[in-house]
Amino acid sequence: MTATFENTTGIVTEDLKAYFGNVQVLKGINISIPKYKVTAFIGPSGCGKTTFLRTLNRMHELARDARITGRVLVDGTDIYASNVDPVLVRKKIGMVFQKPNPFPTMSIYDNVVAGLKLTGRHKRKELDEVVERTLVQAALWDEVKDSLKKSGASLSGGQQQRLCIARTLAVDPEVILMDEPASALDPVSTAKIEELVFQLKDKYTIVIVTHNMQQAARISDNTAFFYIGELIEFSGTRDMFTRPKKKQTEDYITGRFG
Amino acid sequence: MADNNGQVRRMVLVGRDFSYWRRKISSGFFTALFSSSIIVVLLPLVLIVGYLFYKGAASVNMNFFLHRPAPVGEAGGGMANAIIGSVYVVGIAALIGIPIGLFGGIFLGEFPHTKFSNVVRFVADVLNGTPSIVMGVFAYTVVVLPMKSFSVLAGGFALGVMMMPTVLRTTDEILQTVPTSIREASLALGVPYWRTVLSVVLRSAKSGIITGILLAGARVLGETAPLLFTSFNNAFFSYSLTQPISTLPVQIFNYAISPYRDWHRQAWAGALVLVLAILIVNLGMRAFSRQKYEHSA
Repeated sequence: MTATFENTTGIVTEDLKAYFGNVQVLKGINISIPKYKVTAFIGPSGCGKTTFLRTLNRMHELARDARITGRVLVDGTDIYASNVDPVLVRKKIGMVFQKPNPFPTMSIYDNVVAGLKLTGRHKRKELDEVVERTLVQAALWDEVKDSLKKSGASLSGGQQQRLCIARTLAVDPEVILMDEPASALDPVSTAKIEELVFQLKDKYTIVIVTHNMQQAARISDNTAFFYIGELIEFSGTRDMFTRPKKKQTEDYITGRFG
Repeated sequence: MADNNGQVRRMVLVGRDFSYWRRKISSGFFTALFSSSIIVVLLPLVLIVGYLFYKGAASVNMNFFLHRPAPVGEAGGGMANAIIGSVYVVGIAALIGIPIGLFGGIFLGEFPHTKFSNVVRFVADVLNGTPSIVMGVFAYTVVVLPMKSFSVLAGGFALGVMMMPTVLRTTDEILQTVPTSIREASLALGVPYWRTVLSVVLRSAKSGIITGILLAGARVLGETAPLLFTSFNNAFFSYSLTQPISTLPVQIFNYAISPYRDWHRQAWAGALVLVLAILIVNLGMRAFSRQKYEHSA
């Protein structure tokens, strides 16, 4: 993947439709998500925002009977082109899931470097460096530096989620997709994750699905509002929350439905 | 809540009405029913093991573990060759049954919803329910007849075919209990699918799969019928794959139907050792799977 520096627009989708069997979940999404910004996806449950997120790193197609039509261009390359390896796509476009999902059989250390260890050989010293760097980035290092050998499952929910973020960072992605990363966490852990997103946006393009509109307002540069499989509105976060252009958006963000 | 007079109503929590006694009585009845069922389930095992100890314990001695059977009328003798033979035959069975069952089980566990998988699952379940004597006849036809001899290989083949569906189905079921979230976590890191299955999914399922394998092994260790047609019997120590061999279940069978009191004693001792061996495998398996839960806690 060669980054074109003139083109600041990171991810572009063209008429993207997604299906589960005969059920169409996305009805032709056209969007361009800018690079090195935080983009939030909001919308009521079942509106397709998670599905859309999963089409962006080819995770959608792993579900049973799932398929898409249309194009997803990342820095100008269609990631669904036949000469593109989905494994490489997923490496470059990392994902953090709604429920923290550390590998239960692995230690904290092994969890962080799982992506590296399972895809190639690395020197111990290099791995040590990655573990420290990414755990510091994920604001977890101070809490776990003395217990790296302990099981990843022994951590609290908030710590597990930061461990998952460190794990994603360890494979050196360029885009990080987050699917409601704080929805299962308490307010303190949520604040830590949000702080983290803020820190990370200098180096990574971040797309975050959230149910929490305050969260979207706090951390994102741009916000996309989805409703029943369609992208209703996409604009700067401040604009969207102060001057929504569409009636549906206004109804949703003011809490009239959803 | 206020009633008509504007007074605050108090909840009445003391006192027992009709439904209380009805609940108490039916609770007592069902508790008694279920706990007595447990006792009925446990009773046969306790009686069997107890009776085997009573009849066989006296004959389990060093001779039993160190010597081959003595001729009728001669004192002493043991089942050393049968013990070795059982391990040998079950070992061959494991070499045949475990890899095939494991690989097939991984396929079913990873592609659980295809039509093909459902057919394989059904066939495996039927194979699992096939009477063991039929397995013996089958192995006799495809191994013993062409080789023109009873052999370890034929016995191992019969037991291996019996292990296959058990290992297959447990592997299949255990793999399906591995959460999708774990698979997705690995795939989202750019780990190739094959590596995800090998290093993440199988690793999570490891203790369950080993439990299934031990269970399958313990089950065939006690099988007699398939061995009567296949590994047959041998009064001597034998290590050749193509020769008949003595095994504990067959030796017990032969001694038990014999008219000699000495041999009956030996049969009781053999049965005790066999049951204890199976019990130990099962206990070891429990310890193993418990260990896993402590790890993940």
